Amino acid sequence: MQIKKAANKPLSLRRPAFDWSNVVLHFLLPLAGVLAALLIGAVMLIILKADPIAAYAAMVNGAVGSVSGITQSLVKATPLLLVGLGICIAFRANVINIGGEGQIILGALAATWFPLTFNTWPGWLLIPSTLIVGFVAGAIWGFVPGILKARLQVNEILSTIMMNSIAQQLMNLLLRGPLMDPSGIAAGTYLAQSARLPVQVWLPRLVPQTLLHAGAILAVVLAVLVYFFLWRTTIGYRIRAVGLNPDASRYSGINVPFYQALSMTLAGGFAGLAGAIEVIGVQHRLLEGVTSGYGFTGIVAALLGSLHPLGLIPASILFGGLLVGAAQMQRAVQVPSSLIDAILGLVVLFVSGSALWSRRWAARRNMGTEEEEKS
Amino acid sequence: MKDVISLGVLGGILTSMIRLATPFLYAAIGETFAQTSGVVNLGVDGIMLLSAYGAFYVALNTGNLWLALLTAAAIGLLMGLLMSFISVTLKAEQGISGIGLYMFGLGMSSLLFKITIGTVKTIDGFQPVRIPLLGDIPGIGPILFDHSLPVYGAFLLVPIAWWVLDKTTLGLKIKSVGQNPAAADSLGINVDRIRYFSVCLGAVLAGLAGASLSTALVDLFQDNLTAGQGFIAVALVYFGGWNPWGVMGGAFLFSIVNSIQLWMQVIGVKIPSDVAVMLPYLLTIAALMITVNRVRQPAALNKPFERGES
Repeated sequence: MQIKKAANKPLSLRRPAFDWSNVVLHFLLPLAGVLAALLIGAVMLIILKADPIAAYAAMVNGAVGSVSGITQSLVKATPLLLVGLGICIAFRANVINIGGEGQIILGALAATWFPLTFNTWPGWLLIPSTLIVGFVAGAIWGFVPGILKARLQVNEILSTIMMNSIAQQLMNLLLRGPLMDPSGIAAGTYLAQSARLPVQVWLPRLVPQTLLHAGAILAVVLAVLVYFFLWRTTIGYRIRAVGLNPDASRYSGINVPFYQALSMTLAGGFAGLAGAIEVIGVQHRLLEGVTSGYGFTGIVAALLGSLHPLGLIPASILFGGLLVGAAQMQRAVQVPSSLIDAILGLVVLFVSGSALWSRRWAARRNMGTEEEEKS
Repeated sequence: MKDVISLGVLGGILTSMIRLATPFLYAAIGETFAQTSGVVNLGVDGIMLLSAYGAFYVALNTGNLWLALLTAAAIGLLMGLLMSFISVTLKAEQGISGIGLYMFGLGMSSLLFKITIGTVKTIDGFQPVRIPLLGDIPGIGPILFDHSLPVYGAFLLVPIAWWVLDKTTLGLKIKSVGQNPAAADSLGINVDRIRYFSVCLGAVLAGLAGASLSTALVDLFQDNLTAGQGFIAVALVYFGGWNPWGVMGGAFLFSIVNSIQLWMQVIGVKIPSDVAVMLPYLLTIAALMITVNRVRQPAALNKPFERGES
């Protein structure tokens, strides 16, 4: 079975022809997972003597019931999409990046320090360079577990989780030290936040009076670019080949450790970019809760988007809406928004559990010629 | 005078090392069973959180600490069944399903805590029990033999786990399904059943790890109480080379770093506490780096088993 797969794999790297069964597999099955998780969430609410209908109504209303709700959902979808893109790339090389949280923090730290230091640069120069600096900082944080995995076979899940904790402490340290807002020190409040960034580095707002910023467009553009990168370039092809069958890739001369480390570095870069955009697009300063759990929610979005850059766009909008709705639910009906964290966990369990069915189904339909569904 | 102080400090560090090793031991010994059978359960931290909450809730409302432990074990068992259903029966990618279980435990424990308890409260947890005679040995007596019952339990677990894994038929079966499930299957061993058993045993122990935190070590519950200790416990299994004694060594290493770090904060050594808190995580990465390839891991680790496919 394994050998037969190996022989077939390189063929299946072609872009698949459009197939309605793919829609069911990659769209309806994951969506069913989300619905099942929400249903279990409703049961939990009933047990906790809360009204699930009121809670979910508040959630939907908060997410899409107003202009501010919709734009906020898109604002939250932006980092999810970026983090998810990185997770897609890593996943395609069969490397699991749980380090989104830490990589976001590093990107945010760099994107705070850079404009505060070069605060005289004009905006057209400062914005792109800040984004690049954020990307690089995140990429470094992804490179470390990547190279450890590639060279020493260190389990990347464990190492990225440890890198998350280290990044968290690093941010605590810097926000209470060199990056602390000088006006807070002068006023004696000592809030753990940075100074406000220079105005020219703020990303332009798309809709006046809302938080929606140009970063959302950048994220969508990048999603399309990542799609082309993975399916239309040699490097992307090799990343996917390494993920599908490392042994066959090695025999055909692909430097497997290099592409594993590269995919993790890129994953870190995208998460770092998400952190940078949060800072210069939304908060305009670095606050302690900058990650808001995007590193983990991004994993859920990536899984739900079937690890496809374009599938990720609707998936991240869905989860952006769920996050905004959960906050609204907490305010309106006093159901803690941690409900959504539990539901996200269930979504991950269901989607990963349903992979077997989709694999078998795909194998039956395609008789093993186009097994693109390997996740 | 100076000698007396440093001896006292050393004793304090060692005593707290043994206390702090307790949750690591329960969780990592449990994970050793799961991984020896070929299943990586990365949801340990989530199991610990939900069980820590459950144990705390029961202890707060009934005052019965044994009932609290039982609750934690039951929560662990249920989450273990969920994990094994998804990883063994549905053959999911274990890294992902484990992260899902972790997220579920983290969110669920926080939700339940906010709804049913609300604010941080403390309970009267397990009190230290001084063992007669042994506890009176000068020097090591108070360090080793003056702890609460869950702490003793954790240390009893190490030889028991070693004995089960190395000296019994059950242990042999667990090892065989982790090394070569196809061969074990052909010899009539029910691979799935052994894996279910190992994962659930590990999850029950992870539940006790959570309970030991909330009812014996800190006597409270709060959001994300474990702060990633479950993940460190998983790393300890690699570090200990899938051997309970090695795991115990790793647990000591981590808890002594922790207790020295706590002690440095207490006496106010001039390093920022954030740097000190980073130490266990840095140590985990270093430990994973040096232990890889030193011991052979179970050959079928992280690989779902399907009959007729090998």
